[in-house]
Amino acid sequence: MKNKIFLISLLLFFSFCFVVLFKGLNNSNVYVPKKTTEKTLVNFVAKDFFTEKEIYFDEIFIDSEFYILNIWSSWCLPCRKEHPKLMQLSKNKSLKLIGLNYRDNKKNAKKFINKFGNPYSSILSDRDGTIAIEWGAYGVPETTIIDRNKKILKKFIGPLDDKSIKEINLIIK
Amino acid sequence: MLANQIGQYSLILGLFFSILIIPVSIKNFNKNDQIIDSRIISISFLQFFLVLVSFCGLILSFINSDFSNQTVYNNSHTTKPLFYKISGTWGNHEGSLLLWLLVLTLFIFLFLIKSSKQPKKYRILTLIFQQIIIIGFFLFILITSNPFNYLFPVPNEGLGLNPILQDPALAIHPPILYLGYVGSSIILSSSLAATVQKYISKDWAKHIKIWILVSWIFLTLGIMLGSIWAYYELGWGGFWFWDPVENVSLMPWLCLTALLHCILVLEKKLLLTSWVIILSIATFTLSMSGTFLVRSGILNSIHTFANDPGRGIFILVFLFILIFISLVIFFSFHKKNHSKNIKIYWLSKESSILINNWFMMYFLSVILIGTVYPIFLEVLSSEKISVGPPFYNKLIIPFLIIFLIFMSVGPNLNWIKSEFKKIDNKNIIIFIISLVISFLIIIQSDSKSLINTILISSAFYLFFVTVKDFFSKKYKNYSQKISHLGFSLLILSILLNNFFSSEIITNLKVGEKFSFQENHITFESIENKESKNYKSIIGHFRIEDKKGSLIKLKPELRIYDYPFTITSEADIKTTIYSDKFLVMNLVKGNEYFNIRYQLKPFMIWIWISTLIIVIGGIFSLFNKTYEK
Repeated sequence: MKNKIFLISLLLFFSFCFVVLFKGLNNSNVYVPKKTTEKTLVNFVAKDFFTEKEIYFDEIFIDSEFYILNIWSSWCLPCRKEHPKLMQLSKNKSLKLIGLNYRDNKKNAKKFINKFGNPYSSILSDRDGTIAIEWGAYGVPETTIIDRNKKILKKFIGPLDDKSIKEINLIIK
Repeated sequence: MLANQIGQYSLILGLFFSILIIPVSIKNFNKNDQIIDSRIISISFLQFFLVLVSFCGLILSFINSDFSNQTVYNNSHTTKPLFYKISGTWGNHEGSLLLWLLVLTLFIFLFLIKSSKQPKKYRILTLIFQQIIIIGFFLFILITSNPFNYLFPVPNEGLGLNPILQDPALAIHPPILYLGYVGSSIILSSSLAATVQKYISKDWAKHIKIWILVSWIFLTLGIMLGSIWAYYELGWGGFWFWDPVENVSLMPWLCLTALLHCILVLEKKLLLTSWVIILSIATFTLSMSGTFLVRSGILNSIHTFANDPGRGIFILVFLFILIFISLVIFFSFHKKNHSKNIKIYWLSKESSILINNWFMMYFLSVILIGTVYPIFLEVLSSEKISVGPPFYNKLIIPFLIIFLIFMSVGPNLNWIKSEFKKIDNKNIIIFIISLVISFLIIIQSDSKSLINTILISSAFYLFFVTVKDFFSKKYKNYSQKISHLGFSLLILSILLNNFFSSEIITNLKVGEKFSFQENHITFESIENKESKNYKSIIGHFRIEDKKGSLIKLKPELRIYDYPFTITSEADIKTTIYSDKFLVMNLVKGNEYFNIRYQLKPFMIWIWISTLIIVIGGIFSLFNKTYEK
């Protein structure tokens, strides 16, 4: 009798294991980072790239309908590739581009801007990479589009391409 | 082409014969004679032969780079050296399963030949249980992972073998490990058959002990090879990472080690029968779960090759059917022998083996929980966690101390009952010596804490006691002494290695120099080289240590084209005292290289002591005289 109870409870235990493992099989084990849409940008203070003055984040987002935050660096090759796209976007009146110069050498960054043009209405410098972390960045380049209320509408990880430009144009319409 | 077809058809024919064995054996089982039908042995040989043909067919397809075979296409490439073409046969999911099957059929055939002195019904039942497992694997291969899938149009080039698998240690690691795993299936079938036939006896123990020993030897060797591979190839500078897949091979090992000790008690005293059966079931179940966890892709690990849930479900269902059958058989046929009622005294060899078992079970459950808990948690609460070394260290180390002390006492006790003799002066002296030595050692290291001192001193104590016993004049059970000596040496070298390893990570460019613990390391030059299937960048380093002796290390970066991967080959200078380990990595878009330099004392002793453990096991295979 005792044996039977033992057997049945063991069998039940193993059935439970079976069910759990069975369900586990169907779970994908690929990590998907949580989407950052529907979130607002956190407060931050950053230094202006040219003047080295400290800017509070409210001072930046005042007069435009949409903003594009772009993380870039002179040492980052894909940034160089996406730069013409940014120049193209900067012609749009309802947009303001804000660049975050990520872990860069100021001299090289200036050279980069002089050579390829400056699409940004303001550039912030992030020498130690902490602001990028506060923004929740994955790497360089990365582009985030936010609205007047600082709500994050869409995030593009990696360099912008024609498809993402189209998407941006759709969002700001 | 042809080899591929032959392989495919002989596999199907093999399945036919393995099903055929069952009715033939049942018919023979009901006959009232003592001779096993010779047809059964012939069919089981045929079954083995057909799988062998099929396996050779696959090897031939790999050698000829026959890309009409999907497995070859996925895992091989024409530029690969011949050696890795062959080892690529079992370096992938389909091929490795075929190897499993090959070993399964080989083992049951050997079992039939070697067990002619055993009762007929027991042999046939073992065969039937084993055939259930074999048919399961046949179906698994043919349905979900056929190694002979045909590709049309035939591709010109294959995708190549994952470069980190192109390593001599890894070429023989899977076959050896499988011999261990599969051996445990014979132990399962045999103990189930013995339970049903009420044949759990001293004779049975004597006969199955050999199978247990053989699987244990192979499993130990297999784990060691895997660990060597991780050390030399992965370049992480360690030999054990508590990676789920490593754990999965360690768990059956713990079980099998416990079983090995139990079967000795059973052989001498006919005690611990339930333990033996449960451990046999557990060992095979854990080996199968290992296969399940590795092959189904339920775990994220460097070893997960296949990511096909269909396969996972098949193994899972099969595994649980086997568990259910085993449990039902165990509970309905196994009756404890109450009549004899032998008392176990607490100070005896039996009880010390029992204590050993409990410790093994404890270590096993810690590892099992650490491995499986993340999966359960994710399913039940969709929370992802990963369990790392701190978990295992915290839970295992305190118990390891007690375990080591028991291990130094246990083997010297007598069977049935030992007298609590006057405490031996020698042992006290040894204990004090080991305490002093470990105190002196710990003071030198960075981690000065009481628990480390105790841990090292218990390891030293065990080591000295086993050395002392080794030269003592009492009866000699060499195999046990060698293995225990090896084990104490293993623990000692792991501990010392842990406490005294030091490393530095820095970025260097050619011509630069840095100093580390009075060693001066100079990055002299880099050299580019082309090999058959990869290009390599070799860094030349000169290391000058405090005594002024010079060594050169040449770590290498290999750039493989098919599939495109960069691996870093560490260069390791091994001496009997320590390993100097240097590995370099690319820093993107920079002339600097990331350099990791490690000093690892007593590294080679970890492998040597594991080998000593294995040698002890081999000794016991040939040792026909038993202590009474």
